[in-house]
Amino acid sequence: MLNVNICGINFKNPVITASGTYGFGKDYADFFPLEKLGGIACKGTTLHPRPGNAPPRIAETPSGMLNSVGLQNPGVDRFIEHELPWLLEQNTVIIANAAGAAVEDYVENVSKMSSSGVHMIELNISCPNVKEGGVAFGTSCGSVGSIVGAAKKVSANVPLIVKLSPNVSNISEIARSAEAAGADALSLINTITGMKIDAETRRPILRNNVGGLSGPAILPVAVRMVWEVRRAVKLPIIGMGGVTTWRDAAELILAGADAIQIGTACFTDPYAPLKIIEGLENWVKSQGCTNIRELSGAVESY
Amino acid sequence: MVYQNFASIVNYEQLANDIFKIRVKCPQIARKAQAGQFVHILCGEKTLRRPISIACVDGDDILLVYAVRGEGTQWLSEQKAGQKLDIIGPLGNGFPVFDKRVLLVGGGIGVPPVLQCAMNMNSDVVLGFRNAEQVILEDEFSAKCGKLIVCTEDCSHGTHGLVTPSMETLLRERQYGAVLSCGPAPMLKAVAELAARYDTPCFVSLEERMGCGVGACLVCAAKVRRKDSEEYLRVCKDGPVFDAREVVWEC
Repeated sequence: MLNVNICGINFKNPVITASGTYGFGKDYADFFPLEKLGGIACKGTTLHPRPGNAPPRIAETPSGMLNSVGLQNPGVDRFIEHELPWLLEQNTVIIANAAGAAVEDYVENVSKMSSSGVHMIELNISCPNVKEGGVAFGTSCGSVGSIVGAAKKVSANVPLIVKLSPNVSNISEIARSAEAAGADALSLINTITGMKIDAETRRPILRNNVGGLSGPAILPVAVRMVWEVRRAVKLPIIGMGGVTTWRDAAELILAGADAIQIGTACFTDPYAPLKIIEGLENWVKSQGCTNIRELSGAVESY
Repeated sequence: MVYQNFASIVNYEQLANDIFKIRVKCPQIARKAQAGQFVHILCGEKTLRRPISIACVDGDDILLVYAVRGEGTQWLSEQKAGQKLDIIGPLGNGFPVFDKRVLLVGGGIGVPPVLQCAMNMNSDVVLGFRNAEQVILEDEFSAKCGKLIVCTEDCSHGTHGLVTPSMETLLRERQYGAVLSCGPAPMLKAVAELAARYDTPCFVSLEERMGCGVGACLVCAAKVRRKDSEEYLRVCKDGPVFDAREVVWEC
């Protein structure tokens, strides 16, 4: 009822934990067997290890939070050697997340990932917390085209998901550029750039001054962008941004997503993915459908 | 193993102006909890849980002592006995256990996290507070520790001044197995330097703004030096207790 197929990869359900919020899975394995998840999108990984930004890296905001981790990660070699073997035993779809600062880095990174055994690669061209690369690649059509084209040449037969930034004036154009350059699927939205300031000290809460906004506050933006992108491209879409309940997930699916990712909601409740899976199953039944695919893009827009 | 418990509030006690002691019944967490570990508590509609260290374990119950700092802890202080709290724990790496007598040093709201150490180990203790109104848990430490020195910055109770002079007095008198400490970062830095001068191992419990609490999101970073290179470790999972010799102080 909930199984979906994206780019030839079978997901037992369309609920995937989002990159940057679930580490490499292990930290959450105490709560329930990870095989209950449709998939795990791993922490953004770069060619070389990155130390990340100075703390504080988090600020709570109304119905959400800002983060400025800055892609702290052990580098792709260590990811493949130390994290991936365990992950591949968890009987769920493993999506590596590739980030970088230059086109050549992305190419070498994706090339290593594509021969590592991961099931899919999510190309992170939308991280708002690093000075170079990241979101800089994801906010103009030309650079999206060139980075996706270059990554696609070395991704072999591993499907390439391009993760889009919401910090753009026209996300449909960016999506079309990614599609034209050979992306196999799209995921959206990454966090929205934001800032929080302490009125007494006059200091930003984040040491990085600005960070990425996530949590329930951004759901309506995500729903709107998935809806727009669905009408702009034919590629499969993985929707995310503020999903906390099955109703939120249903909104993204109706707007056009084939699967969804959950991030910040796991901080509030580590069991959120399981509750959302159960809720979606009941929803599909109550809508008189036999598979959730029938509800993807089924919003009756005015 | 980490558990999610829906734990009943057994009772509440206001210890000082903005400091509360709360006893919650959560047998699974209580059975596993070690000194220096913490729990992550859902506070009403807030997106992020609030990390609160386990002051001590008593049978099936854990005791938490916290200061009201913002909306989350304010919500917590408004709950009533009998209500249930959504708690995840026990989390993090606590204090190591020593057979030899240890010296506990706590400052302000950093006093509660070392209470369980006093329950588990032979100890002397130095507690520091801003003033007499802020003094908490004096009787609890007094019942378990050999020597107890309470310091207040304004001389309104006990010894006058910061914790470090009293700590040095005790360090001169005997060789401790270790100094175990929690408090504001500038105090911890001074405690660590003093312990190093007396060639005594020192473990400190650090605080940082937290997200997931289980090690996944990497927001609660503490800079640590290992093998000549510096890296950010996770306060929630690699800590909150760190070997003071490894901590790179940024205060």
